[in-house]
Amino acid sequence: MTGPQEVDTAQIRARYPDVFDRPASARLATPAMIVAALGIFIYGLVDLDFSPSRFIAGLSQLGWISMMMIPPDPGSSLPIYLKALGETLSIALLGTTLAAIFALPVSLLAARNVVPNILRFPVRRFLDSIRGVDTLIWALVWINVVGLGPFAGVLAIAVSDFGAFGKLFSEAIEGADQKQVEGIRASGGSALHEIRFGLLPQVLPVIAGQVLYFIESNTRSATIIGIVGAGGIGLQLAEQIRVLEWQKVSFLILMILVAVAAIDFISSKLRFAIIGRRAVA
Amino acid sequence: MTVAVSILPEQQLAALNAAYNQAVARKRLRLLLGVALFVAALLLAAIGAEVNLRTLFTYFGNFLSYFDRIFTLDSGQRVWTDVGEWLWGWRKWLKMLGETLLISYVGTLTGAVFAFALNFFAAENTSPGPWLRFVVRRLLEFARTVPGIVFALIFVIAFGLGPMAGVLAIAIHSTGTLGKLFSEIVENADMKPVEGIRSTGASWLSCMRFAIVPQVTAGYASYALLRFEINVREASVMGFVGAGGIGQELVVAIRKFYYSDVSAILLMIIVTVFIIDISTGWLRGRLFGKEART
Repeated sequence: MTGPQEVDTAQIRARYPDVFDRPASARLATPAMIVAALGIFIYGLVDLDFSPSRFIAGLSQLGWISMMMIPPDPGSSLPIYLKALGETLSIALLGTTLAAIFALPVSLLAARNVVPNILRFPVRRFLDSIRGVDTLIWALVWINVVGLGPFAGVLAIAVSDFGAFGKLFSEAIEGADQKQVEGIRASGGSALHEIRFGLLPQVLPVIAGQVLYFIESNTRSATIIGIVGAGGIGLQLAEQIRVLEWQKVSFLILMILVAVAAIDFISSKLRFAIIGRRAVA
Repeated sequence: MTVAVSILPEQQLAALNAAYNQAVARKRLRLLLGVALFVAALLLAAIGAEVNLRTLFTYFGNFLSYFDRIFTLDSGQRVWTDVGEWLWGWRKWLKMLGETLLISYVGTLTGAVFAFALNFFAAENTSPGPWLRFVVRRLLEFARTVPGIVFALIFVIAFGLGPMAGVLAIAIHSTGTLGKLFSEIVENADMKPVEGIRSTGASWLSCMRFAIVPQVTAGYASYALLRFEINVREASVMGFVGAGGIGQELVVAIRKFYYSDVSAILLMIIVTVFIIDISTGWLRGRLFGKEART
């Protein structure tokens, strides 16, 4: 074994000065960041009342709860749960569709290549603030307006997705090819014609893909808005957790997992069919 | 000025037109079928979700007047005429917002650490054994699919009311999402350094440490920051189920109809989310250059 020892370190140092002689500030940056991150972390643990004894007691409690969850058993309420699951899927589908329908015209107003900046800016900020509010908060607001039940859930998902769609759609529109729009203008089309025949054919497949993806992710959101009383399977789940019926809880969680997996599967197939077909045509 | 446009002979044009119409008709029919199916699904869903348009029309005024009410003080004036009165509880709310930020910070960091520890086992190219990969992947999937707030509901019962339950719920959910994203980065990593290090007789652990980790840290940090951003929103509603943070104040204000408080707290949440979005975006840009921003 002679190889590595014979390396002339001095020469290598001379050849790569920026590797061996980095300034102290560059060398200290990473450790300093790690120390700062850890410092905030420890401060957080103290401030949020973490204590080892509480943690261990909670863990043993959690272990006991998981034991109680096995085997999952719906008892006699299976039909109610299936109905609630259907409600959840309905909420996701309707909410997303409503949001997409309302977001499409608004997203045109937020796209750089359709409207001037002066109009675009307030529309963008408006969409941003809608998105800054969580779906659960919207659900609480709508419950105040239309009362408890799945309808409030539909409206909550519609409003919060409206913000997200507005942004995503307008980005898709901004990414569209301008040449086709110019072609339509050159042949004497009006502004509406430009949008209908120049922009929409390009962006609709993208939008359809995004809507499908959101239906998928909204199935997850729709499972939880029931927790605040906006219908669906979350309502059952929250109730069963509150009355400590752990076997029913685990059954409901399993139902959610299966439903989400099924929707994932279907929508990824559909998405591929839509985008694939358009891309070929 | 006139422009000459050449027009094809009549019978040639007719043939082309017929072919075009046929092609378009088939496409239209398929589209129509799709739309019909979709509308049927919507109708079914509308029945399932007890949608009642009459309720909506009757109460839509309430929705608008709700916003009118939350922007009105008890004295009947608009909130912005007396900001001091509107944000009367800003000290308490700022403290709760700080707690929300801490919950999401501690939760994200814990989740990122666990995801870091687990992701090498979940990645196709680095996992020591297929059965281990299967188990870890299913575990991450479970942590990802069960919504954070459901974990929070259960943890509130196990660990008691308070921010600890929120932190743990966010940590588990982040472990699931980050574990998947991290392992995808590892799967895209260059395997040549690993071969180089393995050829010196190094263990699996050293291969990961010296060949994979240097390639992936930037991507990890970028995703973790993005997750932190998302978790701030998530933590703002953890209080709905008693798991700490500003959500507690908000839910009380909404349920007890303290209208101007609702708008004040919402405003503070939105501003905080804006600030966090902008600053993490800036930090990502600073740390990893422009290409890592998205």
